Amino acid sequence: MELILLPVISAALFAIFGKKLNQWVAFALSAIPLIFLISLVNSHTNPGWTTIWDTTWLSVNFRFTLGYDGFTGLMLFLTNILVPVILLAGVRNDENKTKITALALLMQGALNGVFMAKDGLMFYIFWELALIPIYFITLSMKHKDAFKITLRFFIYTFVGSLAMLASLMYIVLNKTNLSFAYQDMLNATYSLNEAILIGGGFLIAFLVKIPIIPFHSWQADTYTESPSAGSMLLSGIMLKMGLYGLMRWFMPLFPESLDFYRPWIMAFAVAGIIYGAIIALRQNDMKRMIAFSSLSHVALITAGIISGNKTGFSGASLQMFVHGVNAVGLFLMVEIIESKLGTRNLDQLGGLAKTNRLFTISFVIIALGAAAVPFTNGFPGEFLLLKSVFEVKPVLAVLSGLTIILCAAYMLRMLQFSLFGEGKVEIGNLAIHQSLALFIVIAMVIAIGFFPQFILDFVNEDLEQVFSSIELKGALA
Amino acid sequence: MVTILIFLPFIGFLINGLLGKFLPKSIVGIIGTGTVLGSFILAFMCFNQLSSLTEGSIATDLYTFLQVGGLHIKFAFTFDKLSGMMALIITGIGTLIHLYSMGYMHDDEGYYKFFAYLNLFVFNMLVLVLGSNFIMLFFGWEGVGLCSYLLIGFWYKNVNFGKAARKAFVMNRIGDLGLLLGLFLIYQNFHSFDYKEVFAQIGLGQVSAFTLNSIGLLLFVGAMGKSAQIPLYTWLPDAMAGPTPVSALIHAATMVTAGIYLVVRSQVIFDQAEIAREVIMWVGLATSLFAAFIGLKQNDIKKVLAYSTVSQLGLMFVALGCGAYTAAMFHLTTHAFFKALLFLGSGSVIHGMHHEQDIRQMGGLKSKMPITYFTFLIGTLAISGFPLLSGFFSKDEILIHAFEHNKIVWGLSLFSAMITGIYMFRMFFLTFHGEYRNHHHAFEKVHESPITMTLPLMILAVLSVFGGLLNLPHFIAGHSISGALAHYLAPIYSFPEKEVELNATIEWILMGAAVAVFLIAFLYTRTKYLTKKSVPESDDQQEGLGKVLSNKFYVDEIYDAIFVKPIEKMGDFVDKWIDGFILKGFVDGFGKISQNASGLLSKIQNGNVEFYLIYMAVAVSILLAFNLF
Amino acid sequence: MFQSIDISHYIYLSTVIFSIGLFGVLFRRNAIILLMCIELMLNAVNLLFTALSTYMGDADGQIFVFFIMVVAAAEAAVGLAILVMVYRNTRKTDVSFLDKLKG
Repeated sequence: MELILLPVISAALFAIFGKKLNQWVAFALSAIPLIFLISLVNSHTNPGWTTIWDTTWLSVNFRFTLGYDGFTGLMLFLTNILVPVILLAGVRNDENKTKITALALLMQGALNGVFMAKDGLMFYIFWELALIPIYFITLSMKHKDAFKITLRFFIYTFVGSLAMLASLMYIVLNKTNLSFAYQDMLNATYSLNEAILIGGGFLIAFLVKIPIIPFHSWQADTYTESPSAGSMLLSGIMLKMGLYGLMRWFMPLFPESLDFYRPWIMAFAVAGIIYGAIIALRQNDMKRMIAFSSLSHVALITAGIISGNKTGFSGASLQMFVHGVNAVGLFLMVEIIESKLGTRNLDQLGGLAKTNRLFTISFVIIALGAAAVPFTNGFPGEFLLLKSVFEVKPVLAVLSGLTIILCAAYMLRMLQFSLFGEGKVEIGNLAIHQSLALFIVIAMVIAIGFFPQFILDFVNEDLEQVFSSIELKGALA
Repeated sequence: MVTILIFLPFIGFLINGLLGKFLPKSIVGIIGTGTVLGSFILAFMCFNQLSSLTEGSIATDLYTFLQVGGLHIKFAFTFDKLSGMMALIITGIGTLIHLYSMGYMHDDEGYYKFFAYLNLFVFNMLVLVLGSNFIMLFFGWEGVGLCSYLLIGFWYKNVNFGKAARKAFVMNRIGDLGLLLGLFLIYQNFHSFDYKEVFAQIGLGQVSAFTLNSIGLLLFVGAMGKSAQIPLYTWLPDAMAGPTPVSALIHAATMVTAGIYLVVRSQVIFDQAEIAREVIMWVGLATSLFAAFIGLKQNDIKKVLAYSTVSQLGLMFVALGCGAYTAAMFHLTTHAFFKALLFLGSGSVIHGMHHEQDIRQMGGLKSKMPITYFTFLIGTLAISGFPLLSGFFSKDEILIHAFEHNKIVWGLSLFSAMITGIYMFRMFFLTFHGEYRNHHHAFEKVHESPITMTLPLMILAVLSVFGGLLNLPHFIAGHSISGALAHYLAPIYSFPEKEVELNATIEWILMGAAVAVFLIAFLYTRTKYLTKKSVPESDDQQEGLGKVLSNKFYVDEIYDAIFVKPIEKMGDFVDKWIDGFILKGFVDGFGKISQNASGLLSKIQNGNVEFYLIYMAVAVSILLAFNLF
Repeated sequence: MFQSIDISHYIYLSTVIFSIGLFGVLFRRNAIILLMCIELMLNAVNLLFTALSTYMGDADGQIFVFFIMVVAAAEAAVGLAILVMVYRNTRKTDVSFLDKLKG
């Protein structure tokens, strides 16, 4: 509960006194929930999604229920580590700074809510609540089509959410005797057609958020033109809502529909991996390139989840965390470049390596992490995901494996044109808060690269619980 | 002890990488060289321990790297005879090259960075060979690829070097994908990545040949990338953009032999995968010939050596294809000696010539650089198969196995060996003999290299001469000392290696053929370049076959046209049309339609109360009508 | 006495009054007349409520009438107030000129 309230209070603080507070205060405020999170981790002893908060809200059936397990915990860590990092160095020092900081804090609360909600209605409310701050952050972009781009993003996600709401209402009215509780929804039985239709509602909401082609056309422009903090929140944390939803809600609730959906999602995910990668290969706008690379990476995570084996689930949760770290790291680098040099176009950059060593090393490490080089965090997750896809269909693993090659190609291309070559521009020194943020990101890149099992131990037992509820329904061979 | 042996270079990397900027150059060099030397000493101690151990290996488990369901990957190392031998080569030659670099890189501003990368490379290479499961191998495999990338692009200001570095990394990654898929296939069939468990299961002999062949071929795709075989070889010559010690260590002695190591390590798989072996042999042979031909017309001293490396690696794969694993390892070892020697020698020449690499601009360096000249001569003789030098024995062993396997393969390999001799001597004569072909005052400035550079040359020269003693053929030496390497490696094979069953006469004849080929090559080049003093014409004067050769058969251009360009075109197309036009148009079209529709509807709302009232009345009447009828 | 008059007469009467009000609302433009016509319609309904309430012997209808009267009074007050403001600003009470809400 504190995890939701604290950020909201901080957001209010910033909304009122924002002008007088700087990024260090924001960093400290947004990091406070971590303390409560750690106490949550310590109190969690038995595997399974334990209820940690349960009050009646509007009536007996409208309850406010929060749950915690390792998987939720991992997502909470992701949120509550990355938001401070973003607030520390990702928000540009301009007239929108206070606004964006407050909104990001609000979002932190909403995201924590999404990951903890153990009640259909709560989940839906937080899901929508998270959309509001990001809508305003995105809207503050400096682009002539700002409204159009934001509107497209909004319509996409909103249509998805509505489909989810409709499915939710159907379940509550027809299946669970007016209860929104996760467990009741889980225990309900659905006929094949119901599972396909209702599950489809949830699925659309999640796939749009992830996004999987062909639902992705909101993504590139939104990522590219948003203020960097928005891009980081979107790619680092927010799209994990979709993946989380797939694993926590869609798969356990409607495993019957998997046989119907799996071939399609797999095909689109694998197509998305290659699609994103080859577009990324040709982008000169760094943010746009990262956006497409993100499209490619999350498609692989989706393929791993949908392949429906333990390897895929573990790999996906690991990679969700890792992708968050790397995406934020990359956008952070671009933000530093752009705020210092006023451009993020690869044509106009070059030779940055000459002027700032720390910056260069960080950039190289993060990019290599994204390209899944061993001893960086990208490798273990990608390895598990590819393996899980291979278990289902080797041919698809070959195709998804192309990401290894293409990702190396476009990441190195970005490094080449920004860092290496003859120097055209100079980056100068980094401020302390920027260095600290980079340091946190790099520490995570390398630590996870060497000890991925630490994270897997954190989630494995609880994932097995999630997984067994899918297996109970006898959907996975 | 094995752990320390592996992590020593890593510590060196950390110290040099993090603090190197603040340390004086001498200390950076000493740390860099010292850690690798320490590893070498430890490796040597482990090696000595081995013979006293009954299980034949020293295993160390560090921690669990990944565990999901039944999948269990340990961060663990095994020091056995094969990995021990590789570790000795890596750290031994690594030490010499580190020492050499202290002289060669002395004036470079990225001195500490260079040593840090080099140490990181040694660490990764040790992980590759000492890892006790396929995943550790893959770790090192990608790790060395990364270091190779960093070191090729070491002089990052040069855009072309960066391009070469990227090419190397991406091409390696193509191979890596094959390797990774091979690993998945292994896991699918044997439910483990651990060498011991996997090999034990295959040893039971209940695996279908199809499976083994598929695994074998996929692993070989990985080897193709790393060991620069057709069709993935083009990165290696470009990799010469890196500093010369890098070319010697990574692109000649160690990293590129990882593919050989992989095949020998997985001997149990390949021994039963006949088709995969056959493919390996022909690919190796084709690469060997192809690269040798290209080598004939190269004028960059390092490019010649690069193509020669590709060619020699091809020869090793021929040996593997024939099932002669020991012969391949033998050639790997001797090749590491003389090719490192040649690269370092060429580095010494480049250093002495103040970064001139074109052999057409050299000549007559014999007098100016006596040590380099002499050691280079030994290297050249060894690689072209001068009798009783190391390369002679190892190449001969491969040829004998090839002869027994398939006469055509033997003939072609011999031919490839002859071309090797020709281009090596061509380069040697052009560089060291004859007249100096550049400005005279430049010749004055040519100097011999410092002791840190010449000492490794001399040590390697000695090794190149006597390396052959490791595995003498039994028809020359007595049974007590012949085939030492074969005896040594025998325990690591799950299936005993095939013995060559030719009688001594034929083997003598084969050896005679090899000597004859060497002589032909030597005499031909001697007349052409020494007696007639001909100098290769410049590139644009080439015609016909020569032009094709000096352009490397246009392979780069072909790849560019077949793969790179279409992918880029596709990227543009997809971005502009599918993503930008169709999908965006679709969604924006929805927006447009709803906007227009709302525009139409808003006409109704004209603000006049009367109309509203009429709408209301009409609507109520309609509702009433519905309810009443 | 009431019983002597048939219920159908009340219904006819209130229908006629309601229709007069309705046609007035639909076809007159003067806002004051509009308001009066609305009042007429409300009262027609009131009449119907009272009559039927007596007829059914149920007091609920008459209670509704009180509610409607309150609403009608409030509506007339607010409506006239708006009208006065409109008249002050435009010097007109013709509703066809009041189309500021045009979408």
